Amino acid sequence: MPVTVRIPGVLRADAGGAAHLDLDLPPDVPLSSALDALAAAHPRLARRLRDERGTLRRYVNLYVNGEECRALAGLDTPLPADAEVQVLPSVAGG
Amino acid sequence: MTTQKTPPGTVLLAVGTAKGLFLATSTDRRTWEFTGPHVPMNAVYAVAVDTRADRPRVIVGAASSHWGPGVAVSDDLGASWHEPDTPPIAFPADTGASLEQVWQLAPGPADEPDVIYAGVQPSALFRSTDGGRSFELVRGLWEHPHRPQWTPGFGGMAIHTVLPHPDDRARMLVAMSTGGVYRTTDGGVSWQASNTGIRAKFLPDEYPEFGQCVHKVASHPARPEQFFAQNHHGVYRSDDGGSTWSSIADGLPSDFGFAMVTHPRRPGVIYNFPIKADEYRVPPDAACRVYRSEDAGGSWTALTDGLPQERFYPTVLRDAMCVDDADVPGVYVGTRSGEVYGSPDEGDHWEQIAAHLPDVLCVRAAVVG
Repeated sequence: MPVTVRIPGVLRADAGGAAHLDLDLPPDVPLSSALDALAAAHPRLARRLRDERGTLRRYVNLYVNGEECRALAGLDTPLPADAEVQVLPSVAGG
Repeated sequence: MTTQKTPPGTVLLAVGTAKGLFLATSTDRRTWEFTGPHVPMNAVYAVAVDTRADRPRVIVGAASSHWGPGVAVSDDLGASWHEPDTPPIAFPADTGASLEQVWQLAPGPADEPDVIYAGVQPSALFRSTDGGRSFELVRGLWEHPHRPQWTPGFGGMAIHTVLPHPDDRARMLVAMSTGGVYRTTDGGVSWQASNTGIRAKFLPDEYPEFGQCVHKVASHPARPEQFFAQNHHGVYRSDDGGSTWSSIADGLPSDFGFAMVTHPRRPGVIYNFPIKADEYRVPPDAACRVYRSEDAGGSWTALTDGLPQERFYPTVLRDAMCVDDADVPGVYVGTRSGEVYGSPDEGDHWEQIAAHLPDVLCVRAAVVG
């Protein structure tokens, strides 16, 4: 099934310059599978999002069709077909 | 490559800040050309200028509050950076840990030019044998039975000092806050706490085997048995390889501080930046004063010429003071208010060489031309 991952400007250099990446995933997979697919193709991008334990970094927000994944089932959130995953840095820093 | 165009005698000064790395070069150590910020919006707590091989290599430990930590390498004085696809430093899966920050990048012995050590948060030591492109966890220290009792201080739980023995590859000293000093004599397989004489003012037992908050340890290669430590209250020297420590704080206006640096050519000459504590955490008398001892801590002299002596409040962090390795070494101090001061003559005279940078977290300098 197709899934689109939207990349913020600050991370596009790690995504080959792409503003979005189109993934082809098996049906009914969780959000973590999309990140696994990203890691295979763009490892530097993927490690900006998760640490080596696979934990989503604290100030990284992943929106699945507009809902932040922590308000859903986190990285276990199931992805519907044609899902859009948006990567956004949270409000942090000074 | 930039290296080939670098004029003879060029000194490279690397300034790690809360928002990136700045690099400066100078042939007279009075006028400096700055570039940066490199790795922008990353906190740079660790940088090394490695001149052991046929090119100066800058290795930087950077951490983004959003995107996590990383290590990048430049072989052309910052013109380009290389960061591998796979993370250079990562905890193995069985540890259940993840890298939070790199606190120290320490080149290994001169005859092992591809060996680099990294002290990290959470407290662990990593070793690279390919010039900093990949690192492996030193298991002996990670699996130390004391580790569950090491506790984080305000700055985190990190190994911030890594001192390989200059001649004996089996020996090394590391220090952490909190936890204290640990040594190995078998190449990192086993580690012994080495804090006898170092006071832990913040614990009910003020002289425990371990648990001290050692802020920085320094040594000189010509005297591998002698170490100098700035502790969380207490300034110490060891003359027996770290087995025992005795106070050298007499003559300093405060026994608190973060930095401790050895002169690169004259063993027993050391630099310290005292800070009043704990009520204030500012320099004593609100004056910027570097203290130098020329007799291994027996006596101290305040170095003030060219440094601000009134209304100076920023602190100097543990890695924000350094020396270069010129024939007459330069000394450098970076402040949390974004200033860098440099002395081209071992600390006798100082000039401000940068201002209005982000908080300075670390400085390193070396002759690269």
